[in-house]
Amino acid sequence: MTMFPDLLPALPEILLAVGALALLMIGVFVGEKSTSLINGLSIALLVVAGIAVIAGPGGGVTFSDAFILDPFARFMKVLALIGSAIAIVMSIGYARARKFERFEYPVLIVIATLGMLMMISANDLIAVYLGLELQSLSLYVIAAINRDSVRSTEAGLKYFVLGALSSGMLLYGASLVYGFTGTTTFAGIASALTAEGASLGLVFGLVFLIAGLAFKISAVPFHMWTPDVYEGAPTPVTAFFAAAPKVAAVALFVRVVVGPFAPITHDWQQILSFLAIASMVLGAFAAIGQRNIKRLMAYSSIGHMGYALVGLAAGSEAGVQGVILYVSIYLAMTVGAFACILSMRRREGMTYEINDLAGLAKTHPVMAFMFAAILFSLAGIPPLAGFFAKFYVFLAAIEAELYVLAVIGVVASVIGAYYYLRIIKIMYFDDPATSFEPMPTELRVVLGVSGAFVLFFIIFAGPLGGAAGLAAQTFFPTG
Amino acid sequence: MVLSAIFFYLFSAVVIASGVMVIGARNPVHSVLFLILAFVNAAGLFVLLGAEFLAMILIVVYVGAVAVLFLFVVMMLDVDFVELRQGFLNYLPVGGLIGIVLLAELLLVVAGWTFAGDTMPTSPAPAGMSNTAALGEILYTKYIYFFQAAGMVLLVAMVGAIVLTLRHRESVKRQSIADQVARTPATAIEVRKVESGKGI
Amino acid sequence: MDGFFYDYVVPAIIFVAQSLLLIVVLLIFVAYLLYADRKIWAAVQMRRGPNVVGPWGLLQSFADLIKFVLKEPVVPSGSNKGVFLLAPLVTTTLALSAWAVVPVAAGWVIADINVGVLYIFAISSLGVYGIIMAGWSSNSKYPFLSALRSAAQMVSYEVSIGFVIVTVLLCVGSLNLTDIVVAQSEGLGTKIGLPNSFLDWHWLVLLPMFVIFFVSALAETNRPPFDLVEAESELVAGFMVEYSSTPYMLFMLGEYVAIVLMCSLTTILFLGGWLPPVAVPPFTWIPGVIWFVLKVTLVFFMFAMVKAFVPRYRFDQLMRLGWKVFLPISLFMVVAVAFVLQLTGWGA
Repeated sequence: MTMFPDLLPALPEILLAVGALALLMIGVFVGEKSTSLINGLSIALLVVAGIAVIAGPGGGVTFSDAFILDPFARFMKVLALIGSAIAIVMSIGYARARKFERFEYPVLIVIATLGMLMMISANDLIAVYLGLELQSLSLYVIAAINRDSVRSTEAGLKYFVLGALSSGMLLYGASLVYGFTGTTTFAGIASALTAEGASLGLVFGLVFLIAGLAFKISAVPFHMWTPDVYEGAPTPVTAFFAAAPKVAAVALFVRVVVGPFAPITHDWQQILSFLAIASMVLGAFAAIGQRNIKRLMAYSSIGHMGYALVGLAAGSEAGVQGVILYVSIYLAMTVGAFACILSMRRREGMTYEINDLAGLAKTHPVMAFMFAAILFSLAGIPPLAGFFAKFYVFLAAIEAELYVLAVIGVVASVIGAYYYLRIIKIMYFDDPATSFEPMPTELRVVLGVSGAFVLFFIIFAGPLGGAAGLAAQTFFPTG
Repeated sequence: MVLSAIFFYLFSAVVIASGVMVIGARNPVHSVLFLILAFVNAAGLFVLLGAEFLAMILIVVYVGAVAVLFLFVVMMLDVDFVELRQGFLNYLPVGGLIGIVLLAELLLVVAGWTFAGDTMPTSPAPAGMSNTAALGEILYTKYIYFFQAAGMVLLVAMVGAIVLTLRHRESVKRQSIADQVARTPATAIEVRKVESGKGI
Repeated sequence: MDGFFYDYVVPAIIFVAQSLLLIVVLLIFVAYLLYADRKIWAAVQMRRGPNVVGPWGLLQSFADLIKFVLKEPVVPSGSNKGVFLLAPLVTTTLALSAWAVVPVAAGWVIADINVGVLYIFAISSLGVYGIIMAGWSSNSKYPFLSALRSAAQMVSYEVSIGFVIVTVLLCVGSLNLTDIVVAQSEGLGTKIGLPNSFLDWHWLVLLPMFVIFFVSALAETNRPPFDLVEAESELVAGFMVEYSSTPYMLFMLGEYVAIVLMCSLTTILFLGGWLPPVAVPPFTWIPGVIWFVLKVTLVFFMFAMVKAFVPRYRFDQLMRLGWKVFLPISLFMVVAVAFVLQLTGWGA
């Protein structure tokens, strides 16, 4: 009667859950003084969870098939944990300077990360929803964490309302899928689809499911929240939003469409192609007019999600490998870019105007160089990391004979390169503005690591690509 | 059978009617009261299905706790519905369009509906077991993961509410029960000899 | 036609007759408890209490009833009439309907449903609506403040009541009220070799929960010292300020029926329901219903004594007690009891 589930595959999740509760208790009983302690402990907890992912079992299904651990999940979990840990590191100095040190902030990030890991390992529609909701709910709160700032609370509210709408769409889609297949497990859905093919209602369900997921990765036309939330939320929060949650949402997207819906690849390929094209084009054009660097990064991330979807739209093993590589490289680049943005601090406060970067090359040559490298990489200039990311996804699209998609992607990245290059021009060729404060140590480290990754990607492109390939094989066992 | 059919139609009719009234009532407080009526009748439907545990939980949680707070928010906010409805016509085209799209989809779904005989539940609980026990058996074994995850979601909601709203005001005087209880004559009273005509 | 008659008409008649009998007996019982409440209060304050109508004032409650019914009901012009008149009806109906599942003796219950405890819990959590509706529809300051207080108070104390009930359920393994009483026929006393007695009942093994339940029941029924909802020195008469005549009487009636319900719930959960205190001949000859009534009266006597000599709580103290004292203790006890039951294997 008593069947005890195998807990080992879910060890990182359990560690995070128990750890988050413990940290919350410390915070409650010690009070606001404990913030720096909890910051440190949270980072340690994320690192320990990462070790548990790497050292733990390589695969397994547990909790009555609701939870799956496979190479893909392990790879993406490590990425998500890295992204979250860096987000906490980057927030320390900012929070202290702006006096919104609250111990709940790192704890909420840990819980959001728990939600991400659950999303990545979801093997059931209910698990998808619960993981997603755990992550999103934490993000809504984090967006509004600086509650004395009107913009932060507005960002939180906006994110909450639109996020709730998208969760509703996802649920509606999931219930249609459940209604037409009679099961919520991914394996059950796949076998039902193989046996009976897709009925109209099921395709509707899939469309709603994809719409809900597209919102979470901010793909056009579900991107409206992104610029406002990125701009309104405190900058370390924006840095967090742009990194780990995107990784997890893309992983979930991959898992949902390539897993249970593999038998009807043709149906979702068209939807994803549309999302990819729209995101790439809008990301490229809308960013041109931006003066605020955070808004610019929002449109940039919309564009990048479009490129990642190109690989997914291919629906092949190479495509999934491309997506995995793309989000890994995107994570590194975004983190570096936000380390620079967080350093745009003058004595009187933070500034987010792109024009304030003028002459950065003269006042902070190293930072300017690193930032320039990251921007070149974001634009996709060889031989930097960003180029390889785009290269793999476009290659996969061409192999899958999605020529239109690939061509539009290349054109969009050329247009997109304009606004990245404009920032570099401002940094290197405009007259210096007032100098920024010196960069805090933790940001230097983050920027250094990210810059090194971008510059010397060629060296470890092999192993990383191999690991991504291994992860992608999860979904294509025969290939 | 006849009796349960009669009750089924009674409960369903009241649920639908009160659902309509929730939208239609002019007074927001009346809307919430109709919502509560709908909840109670939905609980009645659960009872008819043999799911008495769900019925009671629906009343305890939704009617007894959630709707009370909801009612309070509505009472305190004093929403002016006449004013709210002034912009109604502006949103009608878009809202109507979305409504029509959703309706069309639902119709499509209903049209494509085929009842799969073997997936229809025959009984809410296995034989020889009350449905409360059956629910517990499955909730804490097969669905333990979802159960725990839902718990985490609720925890985040609670933490979020506290993070975003709780303020510690310095100027507010707080009562410390422990300190009060720990007071003894020795710590609270000081006995002094007062010489006459001098004062303290 | 015969089938219809025996399948539907006869059970319906029996059902109605049982319900009527229960309600009539209950209302007479309530009338005398009201009288007892006033007498006990008076005795504590060295007054005489009601002593004019009938011998020793025994008919006082009935005189009050007639007085209220014959008076003119006043509905304030600014009130929301429908809700205003609905509120007392809701209170009374809910309080009475909870009695459907209460077993007053072995087998003496109108509806012996599986989730009896939850049903009572659900109905008593609905009780707050009568107060809120009255408070809001009166369109007056005091009633509204009173409704605010009552919602906060009742929702808060329901939480700890819920956990107390959960611990009892853990020990019994059933939500059926009859099962809960039967489960108390054996317990701590029989384990150490004594005959079935009052030592087997839950009040002893779950003593902290018994205390918490008793106090929470006071708060849930808005009895002193937690009668902030109708605190006359602060809110005149709380949500009943604008009420008069029959509606007012319905409120009073509903309130006392709810109090008796809480007393009988305490009896069933902790004091062994209809079981005799010691299961040896002179006691077992007395029918169970007498024991039940005696126990209910005993609990009510405690209610009345608390009313007579405990000063009223302040609202923040009330909230503190509910959330910071009762909730953690009852939560801890749920875990502790579950742990003990699992380790010792005493659970169902």
